Amino acid sequence: MADRALSLSAAGLAAALFALLLAPLVALGLSFDGLTLGAAEAAALRFTLWQAMLSALISVGLAVPVARALARRRFRGRGVLISTLGAPFILPVIVAVLGLLAVFGRAGWVNSSLGALGLPEFTIYGLQGVVLAHVFFNMPLAVRMVLQGWQAIPAERFRLAQSLGFSPADTLRHLEWPMLRAVLPGAALVIFVICLTSFAVALTLGGGPRATTIELAIYQALRFDFDLPTAARLALLQFALCAAAYLLATRLTLPSSFGAGQGRAGGPPAPGGWRRGVDAVAIALAGLFIALPLLAVVLAGLPGLGDLPVQVWQAAGRSLAVAGASTALCISAALLLALAAARGRGWPALAATLPLAASSLVLGTGLFLLLQPYVRPSSLALPVTVVINAALALPFAFRILAPEARSLYSDYNRLSRSLGMTPWARARWVVLPRLSRPLGFAAGLVAALSMGDLGVIALFAGEAEATLPLLVQRLMGAYRMETAASAALLLVALSFALFWAFDQWGRRHAAI
Amino acid sequence: MLQFDTLTLAQGAFRLTADWQAQKGARIALIGPSGAGKSTLLAAIGGFLRPTQGRILWDGQDLTPQDPGARPVTTLFQDQNLFPHLTIAQNLGLGVSPSLRLTPADHARIEAALEQTGLSGFGPRKPAALSGGQQSRAALARALLRDKPLLLLDEPFAALGPALKGEMLGLVTALADRTGATVLMVTHDPQDALRFAPLTCLVANGVAHPPQPTAALLDNPPPALAAYLG
Repeated sequence: MADRALSLSAAGLAAALFALLLAPLVALGLSFDGLTLGAAEAAALRFTLWQAMLSALISVGLAVPVARALARRRFRGRGVLISTLGAPFILPVIVAVLGLLAVFGRAGWVNSSLGALGLPEFTIYGLQGVVLAHVFFNMPLAVRMVLQGWQAIPAERFRLAQSLGFSPADTLRHLEWPMLRAVLPGAALVIFVICLTSFAVALTLGGGPRATTIELAIYQALRFDFDLPTAARLALLQFALCAAAYLLATRLTLPSSFGAGQGRAGGPPAPGGWRRGVDAVAIALAGLFIALPLLAVVLAGLPGLGDLPVQVWQAAGRSLAVAGASTALCISAALLLALAAARGRGWPALAATLPLAASSLVLGTGLFLLLQPYVRPSSLALPVTVVINAALALPFAFRILAPEARSLYSDYNRLSRSLGMTPWARARWVVLPRLSRPLGFAAGLVAALSMGDLGVIALFAGEAEATLPLLVQRLMGAYRMETAASAALLLVALSFALFWAFDQWGRRHAAI
Repeated sequence: MLQFDTLTLAQGAFRLTADWQAQKGARIALIGPSGAGKSTLLAAIGGFLRPTQGRILWDGQDLTPQDPGARPVTTLFQDQNLFPHLTIAQNLGLGVSPSLRLTPADHARIEAALEQTGLSGFGPRKPAALSGGQQSRAALARALLRDKPLLLLDEPFAALGPALKGEMLGLVTALADRTGATVLMVTHDPQDALRFAPLTCLVANGVAHPPQPTAALLDNPPPALAAYLG
């Protein structure tokens, strides 16, 4: 009986999700007036694909030496560095852009050094800036994926290789290359898909006819030209791209041919000589590449933190409210679907990953078209942002919760049922205590993502509805860089604090 | 009285039939090769598997439509009998009130059950702080508190050494004597059957045979049992 109540509510939720994704598409379809792409739209499509491909290839290419160095070297702070690689995932895009501008911008640290050496200046605006920012966000992600691949090679294989007298080149050829061939395509595809829907980076570092992504073009068509048919056409194009990438990603299974190991300690062999130096340089450069922009934001933002204008605090309050609401919505939905999926059914997982086929601006444009005949879009800016943030974060939260919910079910369902525990008793005494760690971690991720999100809000918000990321972007646009830097520092502090608070809550209540 | 009325259980291609009855207070060992369906039969009595045909009755009442928690049954599973994040006292408390709303009288009963199973003072600890034998005792203490007329043992002591296992079987015997429970026990070991169960049910070739006196059955085993015993 409890099972049926759970199934029914999960099914209702799945249907609501489906409607949330479908209704905007129908609205887009109704505004659709032909398939021909104008020159500007074709250019946006080309640029979107080109920058996503470059970003994926460069991220993955740079990740390999860093991951190899991390896999085979042991040094103080290695664990901290590996956890720090997860930080860009919850770093607000606009904050990273500010940091990258301070390091790589016209008056930035890199160009000052280049100028002092008499070398030509690096221009951060346009394709190279967009790709640079994407590499900043995704190279750490790629390092983590490739590092996982390295750690998945059983230590016994390396021991056997050493006992057979393999040189580093032999080890690469027989052990590491097969792993890379299995891991790299998947890693590159994930990053390619992420970069397909890039909006905030393109908004701040791209633009113009030669560096506009489809996502940005949708925004410009709606916001500046109020050209609804063009926006709808672009949104459908974007949806087709995402859906194709999503289908490709679900089809692409990458079997690794390594047998299971005994989990003995010890990774790949750590060759000495010049290879030691190469590894040290790889780790140091990667560390600097991540740390310098963040340091720049802190340095630029600290002085002005004391006298931030009141609008910044108001925007921060709105952002916290949005983050809180979308976290509550997203985590409840993810938990319900994960518990339903744990009962061995396939549809909850499908419903939970469906939002991957959509993007912030696609959903936003559809809702904009649906709502604008009846209400002023800006009056719904915050509720729409809450719902879309929750939907887009759902796949991540679900992936964190689903395996834990499954093992909870297989370990304790029979015992709970044989004791006659009611659904409430199970929630209170079994589900929440057993799942509080993944719940806290997932809630932290969702809250930080939502706090830093700069997507659909840009489409809907007027002056009075700006969230903190949007305000930072507007301050940058008005060349109030010092205030922007201080607001950005506040934003990143709040994002990380939210993540930390939820994650700590989960750990503290985790029942062992 | 426990009665299997032309019962058929099916899981995929696997089938098991049973058509017999056992007196109240009987102690029956279920013996037979792995995969023969011993645990499947217990799962059906416990309410975790719907029969494809036939009924399971207790005192003339059909158990089939009842939820697992509503049946007059306590099952000791092979593992995961205790929630690792709850204290031993809370784990026992679930046997008194599944929502853990416990009165002072309930707490006194829990203390008494701990004492009867030699676990005095272990109430505030988590299961991980107990040895395997003590965890089994805690599960038995909860069975004592639930006081259901049917006790199903799905090899809960399989991971214990011979001496501890003997001790647990002794405890089960004492518990069953006190509550008058009917006990069905899955086992791989004919010695367990001889020591604990006056009756033994052979489960082999898709049939759970009517129980027979244990010693006679083991002395003069039918071919399927002889093949299993080797």
